[in-house]
Amino acid sequence: MKLQPTSSQTVGPFFDIGLRRFCCADLLVPGLSGSRITIEGRVLDGNGLPVPDAVVEVWQANAHGKYAHPEDTQDKPLESAFKGYGRIATDDQGRFRITTIKPGPVPGPRGTNQAPHLEISVFMRGLLKRLVTRIYFPDDPRNGADPVLALVAPERRGTLIAKAAPGQPDRLAWDVVLQGAGETVFFDC
Amino acid sequence: MSGFDGILKICSPDCILARVAHNGRGTALSLITDVQGYRRPIPGTQPEYLHPAYVSSIKRAPTQPLVVIPHTLSEVTGPQFGKEDIAPEIFDLTRQHAGEPLGERMIVTGRVLDEDGRSIPHTVVEIWQANAAGRYLHKWDQHNAPLDPNFTGSGHTLTDAEGRYRFITIKPGCYPWRNHYNAWRPAHIHFSLFGPAFATRLVTQMYFPGDPLLASDPIFNGTPDEAARQRLIANFDWETTVPETALGFRFDIILRGREQTPMEGKA
Ligand SMILES: [Fe+2]
Repeated sequence: MKLQPTSSQTVGPFFDIGLRRFCCADLLVPGLSGSRITIEGRVLDGNGLPVPDAVVEVWQANAHGKYAHPEDTQDKPLESAFKGYGRIATDDQGRFRITTIKPGPVPGPRGTNQAPHLEISVFMRGLLKRLVTRIYFPDDPRNGADPVLALVAPERRGTLIAKAAPGQPDRLAWDVVLQGAGETVFFDC
Repeated sequence: MSGFDGILKICSPDCILARVAHNGRGTALSLITDVQGYRRPIPGTQPEYLHPAYVSSIKRAPTQPLVVIPHTLSEVTGPQFGKEDIAPEIFDLTRQHAGEPLGERMIVTGRVLDEDGRSIPHTVVEIWQANAAGRYLHKWDQHNAPLDPNFTGSGHTLTDAEGRYRFITIKPGCYPWRNHYNAWRPAHIHFSLFGPAFATRLVTQMYFPGDPLLASDPIFNGTPDEAARQRLIANFDWETTVPETALGFRFDIILRGREQTPMEGKA
């Protein structure tokens, strides 16, 4: 039997009635290893206006580079209280803030390693299907060998790399720019 | 050539065309990966981002082509939830308040399957909807229709071992929106699913058979393929209908299936 996947439809403007249950902007759990970070940003539309009705979802490995998922069979410590999942609705100014830890590197295709990154989905009214992107970390030497960043035109890679606040390497900024100059790289995945 | 053979083994012809067309730089070979990825949709069976009839897509759809990436461990894993994460489960939306909500009571049930027809057990299904008058319990919903003090309009559950879910609710009303003159959304229930992986995440809407508003709805019609649109419409079902109690509708949800073989050792 071969079935076709159900078509995606927009999340619409009223998603927070239904998606409130798993909203979580702070992924930290007691005893979690790794360096704590916050990522703050805005979702901006083609007019440069903030999008106040977007929802950003995060999926990430722990600081050892291990995903809390049965298909991650790497011999690395699993911290079972850490789900690696976050869901944040933007506020009236289109802002979101994620509190988490920097993940470790995870394997990539054919023996490569992927630089530490967060997997990001963005949903909003006006989008009939989610946008998929990634957040990488500034000044991480592993970015240079990341097999996914390597698929992105060099002049656009910067849209995937968060920026650290001056003197505060744990305070990161990363925006989702939907259109125009500095448009974020989105993936077909 | 062995690399290209690999792609032929894991992909339908449509999928290969989609991949090559998408990246357009002849780098399809670099898409081979050593985890077992998820299949790519057949063109037309999923909406495009820019769908001008849906006006709010115009300033929100990306204008640059998507970058096609292989599925890595990051995409074939994804958040997993259990009973403790969803407690208290809300599958009966008619029993969240002191009284019962107004409207046609109904049961919405179905199975969550992958493309090969395999059930997806113990996966989260979230729903939200308007009340019978077509009003959401949301600060931004200004539709001049009454709220129902006995209806919140959201629920969440886990599928059972056979991938089955079941909600009891009331039929949502149609509601106006400002997309175009005299625009009304057909009755619908919003669905959100995770499935087994980041790659299988799905947000969709379920519609009702015979709704005259479907033909003019830019969101429903944002999916080009006619058969794919029809699959968004639930089936009225006598077997699910409970005498003297509630109408029954069936809505199966299909998440992406796996590519056939992991590409271990192909390069
Ligand atoms: Fe809706």
